[in-house]
Amino acid sequence: MKIAIASGKGGTGKSTVAANLGFTLALSREVALVDCDVEEPNLHLFFPAPATDVPVTTPVPEIDPDRCTLCGECGKFCRFGALSVLKDRVLVFPHLCHSCGGCTLVCPQGAIEEIPRTIGRVACSSPIPRLTLVSGVLNEGEVQAPAVIRAAKALSKAHPLTIYDASPGTACPVIETIDGSDACILVTESTPFGLHDLRLAAEVAEKMGIPAGVVINRSDGRDEETLAFCRERGLPVLMTIPFSREIAAVQNRGGLICRDLPGWEERFLALFDGIAGVIA
Amino acid sequence: MIRLAVVSGKGGTGKTMVAAALADISGVPQALADCDVDAANLELLFEPRRITTEDYLGLEAARIDTAVCRDCGICADHCRFGAIVRRNDAWEVDPLHCEGCAVCTYVCPTGAARMEPRPSGEIYTSATDRGSLAHARLFPGSGNSGLLVTEVRKRAESLAEGADLLLADGPPGIGCPLIATVGGMDAVLIVTEPGVSALHDIERLVTVCRRFGVRIFAAINRFDLAEDIRARIEDYCRREEIVVAGEIPFDPMVIDAVRNGRPVTRGAASPAADALRALRDTLFAELGLS
Repeated sequence: MKIAIASGKGGTGKSTVAANLGFTLALSREVALVDCDVEEPNLHLFFPAPATDVPVTTPVPEIDPDRCTLCGECGKFCRFGALSVLKDRVLVFPHLCHSCGGCTLVCPQGAIEEIPRTIGRVACSSPIPRLTLVSGVLNEGEVQAPAVIRAAKALSKAHPLTIYDASPGTACPVIETIDGSDACILVTESTPFGLHDLRLAAEVAEKMGIPAGVVINRSDGRDEETLAFCRERGLPVLMTIPFSREIAAVQNRGGLICRDLPGWEERFLALFDGIAGVIA
Repeated sequence: MIRLAVVSGKGGTGKTMVAAALADISGVPQALADCDVDAANLELLFEPRRITTEDYLGLEAARIDTAVCRDCGICADHCRFGAIVRRNDAWEVDPLHCEGCAVCTYVCPTGAARMEPRPSGEIYTSATDRGSLAHARLFPGSGNSGLLVTEVRKRAESLAEGADLLLADGPPGIGCPLIATVGGMDAVLIVTEPGVSALHDIERLVTVCRRFGVRIFAAINRFDLAEDIRARIEDYCRREEIVVAGEIPFDPMVIDAVRNGRPVTRGAASPAADALRALRDTLFAELGLS
């Protein structure tokens, strides 16, 4: 089973839910926790442990100047502006390359070869028994987050139970993360910002045909609008985490409420049963 | 004119709250830009009156004309994004995965694969009582959010003509939308909070911002929720020579203000509003804005 955790709005508590759910499940079964928020991965902060790094590379063009006739076909074909054919040479902008391989196909001289370029890494660790943590990390200044997400997901593919922690937003990194999941947990908070962005996240899950349930975090008890939205859209509310300074304090120092506060292990187990029930 | 972007690395630290407060109390002629195009929230606090709406087309996407397709599957073999899928016994492009590279159109022997415009969102300019606002909506699930941010920046640039300040509310993260936001700015204000995640994220964000040669300031939101981590953030900023322009206490009035759809500085006096006024004064003095 693959469960993705997403939110639309940032900072609603995706990683908190992912880390606590992962820890709770690992008490009784094998689970892989995959940090797909590769721009700002945080799950490893909850689970400090030595990790093995696997570099993530993407193929980018290299021009053989001896064969290149400066015909300009590659520059014309590339829709990402990654190749610029000048009078005396071809400039390659590897940051802009999407690794589609088009330039190598169109080059009439066979002058383009693809070489691997490192854009990030996947860090794998086993911080506690039965838990595998796989963290995608995009190098600073790089933009191909989806390629790092794909690599992190590929490394955890064999696990029977996987939790993907998505980045905020609703754009390509989120799509890449929740693609192929059996269910999606949408984490929100009961503010107008939270609800506005929950609508967007729910729309993404619906568009991708992935069933979803909702966790309301930092609730101050005034959740009526969020609850009404969930009812209207047929989204089950699987868990409500109240705002309390005690919970905030545990989270701020990188702690886990399911381990450090009584009663939460049971609630996260119930969350798992709830999301499993959504997959029908 | 000063171009200032409010950013955070980690999401949910209070970027929009701070950006809205600064816009509310800046006291200088300004234009606003909401560069968090996947989840744009600034408009929820300023009741913008829409002036212009434009379609955002993004990069073209491929489509396969089934009437011409001879079913050879060469396109699917060459597509590196898994965007060409078999559905109802025919090849079809899954727009969620199509990156718009056009390789399929090149390899297709019959010309069945073609590129066509892909509506990916809308770009708006609006009037607010605190200046013009450039903003956008990325259709959920669309790509190219960085390109859309660039379009918002362009609109904001023309709206800001003659103003003293262009104030942008940035996206979370450090990827393409953030890079598109920060490029060409004079300064960034990083809104952070005292948590181990936010502390970790600020370091990666600063690394990216340094490459753009912008001045970097920080604000610590809800600083009183974890005094020890607040001290670690202050230490980090000192080492990096980042001015901490303000520290905002945890204040339930902030959520009340958001619920009422207004900046926290508009309404009854509160500890957060006072701290935001002090933040504005420190930051503007540093930037030479009066």
